[in-house]
Amino acid sequence: SSSSRDEALRDKRARILSRGLPKQKPIEGVKQVVVFASGKGGVGKSTTAVNIALALAANDSTKEVGLLDADIYGPSIPKMMSLKGNPELTPKNLMRPLKNYGIACMSMGFLVEETAPVVWRGLMVMSAVEKLLRQVDWGQLDYLVIDMPPGTGDVQLSVSQNIPIAGAVIISTPQDVALLDARKGAEMFRKVHVPVLGLVQNMSVFQCPKCKHETHIFGADGVRHLAKTLELDILGDIPLHVNIRETCDSGQPVVISQPQSNA
Amino acid sequence: SFLPERSNLAGVRHILLVLSGKGGVGKSTISTQLALSLRHSGKKVGILDVDLCGPSIPRMFRVQDSDVHQCDSGWVPVFVDQDKSISLMSIGFLLEKPDDAVVWRGPKKNALIKQFVTDVAWGDLDFLIVDTPPGTSDEHISTVEALRPYKPLGAILVTTPQAVSVGDVRRELTFCKKTGLRVLGIVENMSGFVCPHCSECTNIFSTGGGEELARHAGVPFLGSVPLDPQLSQSLEEGRDFIQEFPKSSAFPALTHIAQQILDGTLQRSS
Repeated sequence: SSSSRDEALRDKRARILSRGLPKQKPIEGVKQVVVFASGKGGVGKSTTAVNIALALAANDSTKEVGLLDADIYGPSIPKMMSLKGNPELTPKNLMRPLKNYGIACMSMGFLVEETAPVVWRGLMVMSAVEKLLRQVDWGQLDYLVIDMPPGTGDVQLSVSQNIPIAGAVIISTPQDVALLDARKGAEMFRKVHVPVLGLVQNMSVFQCPKCKHETHIFGADGVRHLAKTLELDILGDIPLHVNIRETCDSGQPVVISQPQSNA
Repeated sequence: SFLPERSNLAGVRHILLVLSGKGGVGKSTISTQLALSLRHSGKKVGILDVDLCGPSIPRMFRVQDSDVHQCDSGWVPVFVDQDKSISLMSIGFLLEKPDDAVVWRGPKKNALIKQFVTDVAWGDLDFLIVDTPPGTSDEHISTVEALRPYKPLGAILVTTPQAVSVGDVRRELTFCKKTGLRVLGIVENMSGFVCPHCSECTNIFSTGGGEELARHAGVPFLGSVPLDPQLSQSLEEGRDFIQEFPKSSAFPALTHIAQQILDGTLQRSS
């Protein structure tokens, strides 16, 4: 009976602690939400999120895919998807997502001028994230891909507390400092009860276009070791390829413009 | 504004911030290499790592398992070696396990950053380098506000050449202008990779974006640092790249950046 008392105490504590937290409510019309996160900056979250969103749509043309850029401070999606401009409002006062290559996109980048920094403290960021999630006319989506900012802070907490997430994909490069942060990212998702679908190793190897010599610029296989330690799957291994960067810079992600390349 | 009598920053001659806006461009890498170069010019350097979510600095010096001790004036920074010429402070030292995640909202982060700025007993330093996380958020606002009474020398902005990075750094420049932080210059990192086999240079992350931005914004361009596997490896192993790999491809650019900072401080004092 002491264990049932302990359980009752635990339940009561959980109920009291959860008062005041936002209630988790799914977005109307959106079937599954997948987030792309990392902990570390600059490992290729946006690049991967954009290309995977396009690949999901390309693999099955009956699926509707949406892409949400939750990086309030450094929104990269507009550039990569070649989208610009302020979203229109529907009669119900929802923002209409901008569409390109068949993907519905929403980003902070559409709401502020390109050169204007978003110098906001946490509370404002929370309400901005809520707007980007709920004040958008997503329509009927099979998948909503969310590109997260680096770190383990306000945005990640706000998104995971606000909506049910089907799974998180953690992206990392092979180097030590990136893996350290990827581990923290995985730990964070565990804390907020979001299942981690697996890891993606990005920038794994570089092949010289002239002599084909391979160099592991950022180290080798670090992500595979981490995956084994955390008992997670490796969802993919992406090499460093000039085309990936070139096509993102020009707003024609490699999945669309060069579907036959290695990447 | 009021400065306490024995401020912990009273013995620090110059305070430098390393900012970016974009993640993963090499802020921590540039901070560490700058510290090492300045150390080799005979300077005493401290690094304050205010990246609370992803503290990379301790690992880059291989002191991630060190503990922080208290003294009368506050926290004692961690020394990198016997020389005591480089000292560090990071949340990485305060975590129970190095893999612990710091999942905090803004107000808690702000409180710790204020402590980091005022309560670390740095002693006498020639340079205090402040390494920041990506973005323009709580950490940055709090750091700049807390450092304001101590009149920082300015900020170095790090970018990679590609368009998405340059875009974020343009925003960071505006942040500096809005907060009255002088921009000492822009560093373009990961600028080109020279194949060790055939010496063909491939611009994996494009080229020239940083230099163009500097020209456009009217701030000094401090240099381009190429992708150098020996640099990445040194950081993984906590080695002194500046001492051990003087012939490596990133060495000239990194030492040149440090030299410009030194020249700049000489100019300002004369």
